[in-house]
Amino acid sequence: MKAKTALPVGYEAIQDKGWWLAHRFLILRRLSQAFFLLLFLLGPWFGIWWVEGTLAGSRTFGVLPLTDPFVLLQGMVAGHWPEMTALMGAVIVLAVYALIGGRVYCSWVCPINPVTDAAHWLHERLGLQKGWQPKRHTRLWLMGAVLVVSALTGVVAWEIVNPITMLHRGLVFGIGFAWALVLMVFLFDLFVSRRGWCGHLCPVGAFYGLLGTGSLLRVSASRRAACDDCMDCFAVCPENHVIAPALRGQGAATPLILSPDCTNCGRCIDVCSVDVFSFTHRFDSHIEAPKPPRPEPVANKPAAGPIPEG
Amino acid sequence: MSAANAPMSPQRRRFLTDTARMGAGCAVAGAGLAWLATDSRALPAEALRPPGALPEEDFLAACIRCGLCVRDCPYDTLSLAELGSDGPATGTPYFTAREVPCEMCDDIPCVAACPTGALDPDLRNIDDARMGTAVLVDQENCLNFLGLRCDVCYRVCPVIDEAITLEMSHNDRSGHHAVFAPTVHADHCTGCGVCEKSCVLPEAAIKVLPVRLARGSSAEHYRKGWEEQDNHGAPLVDGLIDLPDRLPGPGTDNLAAPGGFEPAFTVPGAGQ
Repeated sequence: MKAKTALPVGYEAIQDKGWWLAHRFLILRRLSQAFFLLLFLLGPWFGIWWVEGTLAGSRTFGVLPLTDPFVLLQGMVAGHWPEMTALMGAVIVLAVYALIGGRVYCSWVCPINPVTDAAHWLHERLGLQKGWQPKRHTRLWLMGAVLVVSALTGVVAWEIVNPITMLHRGLVFGIGFAWALVLMVFLFDLFVSRRGWCGHLCPVGAFYGLLGTGSLLRVSASRRAACDDCMDCFAVCPENHVIAPALRGQGAATPLILSPDCTNCGRCIDVCSVDVFSFTHRFDSHIEAPKPPRPEPVANKPAAGPIPEG
Repeated sequence: MSAANAPMSPQRRRFLTDTARMGAGCAVAGAGLAWLATDSRALPAEALRPPGALPEEDFLAACIRCGLCVRDCPYDTLSLAELGSDGPATGTPYFTAREVPCEMCDDIPCVAACPTGALDPDLRNIDDARMGTAVLVDQENCLNFLGLRCDVCYRVCPVIDEAITLEMSHNDRSGHHAVFAPTVHADHCTGCGVCEKSCVLPEAAIKVLPVRLARGSSAEHYRKGWEEQDNHGAPLVDGLIDLPDRLPGPGTDNLAAPGGFEPAFTVPGAGQ
């Protein structure tokens, strides 16, 4: 293990870039999560009815309908063809997330994300074992199972247990015992399975992942040549299997993180002290030439001739 | 080389094992979910769906539990079922008539708000809504049945004289008063629950129940002779003869007094 790997995660990034640059996407993401929640709470709390409804279906400024496409899809396989309003709402949501990455929903909007992130923070803090790690594609199987159950029972099946809409609806309308479900997710992620819920099981995330398969917004490891193997990006990434193909790619292999599992949370950009990662679009596969390592003892050596390319 | 003696490829074995595991895991999880989903159809009897709600089994496929109907209800009648406290169909809209009944808005804003059509947009006239059916469940405590003139349920009914009428009959207790029995006519009752809300008793004697609980149903093949005869304009079978029904006692001979009652005695000096 390199000495750098042993440093606390993000330590060099804070040293080199300052606290803000080493945390900006994390902070922006938390602000975004709070913003989307607050939009829905403005009405019930302050009587400002800009956005009404819940994440399952909402109406903004009295005109813009938004519908969760996965909820609507379950309703369709359960045997109900929805009215135009819900269909339009779902198409808008589909289009936006297909463009910016389906799992942007997971990391920037979903109210369960702060819960599982908190669980993961405590998990690391307590130094717990990673526990049960089902395969990542378990969530796809679960998504399929949810659709089958919806079709067989004629009920929008996942909404009976979905902690996302339970929590969101609970905050906006009244929570009942839904907090117990949220607590279960927290405890599951804390003790049973590291990153278990969002990373392995949640069928909503699986759906949004599929939706973002061809998304435009991507993280690229375009300066991968500068990577100093500190492993911090792997440590913070909630789906860290997506990094290696881009970061460790050799030669002309694309530096883009193209896996639909990537949530575009941008945390890897934060913690990288040498700025390997950046947000870009999926057609921008340029790779920056390796630069000489950061000036350590290079100090007084004058450059002899042109810097070799490659 | 035949398949039998070919060595099993480890990839194939792993693929099959993984698939079997996932399939079994999903079957278990799916069965649990299906159990909950089936369970979610059982609403508490006092929970009524908003106007225009599809039949319950279709409703649970159609409702995305967004709460827009709740938001657009001007009387705060509707609420969303909360997990663990309001029955298992968590997040679906309902109202409890005894707490806040449906005020039957002419423009039916809850139906207009529904994005999916779980509340049927074809419901244009609120009088056609069938949220439930009022049933006078307790004649023993209903003040009108006791011979008093409470009449509150009748007076407040938005479809007065159609959905609830007062049927007069003899008050056997006092012997010289009438009983005005509140009587629900399900054909006109919207199930708004105003009667239940207004019942003056500590526990309402008239309650709105979901139609499935409130009503029976007539068998498909039943024909009512009198209706058929009216439609036909004449007896359906020609040449029917009316046979005497002889019961014990006098005055029961239908041939002697067709359709009527023959007194068993004659009062002296009265008539013939």
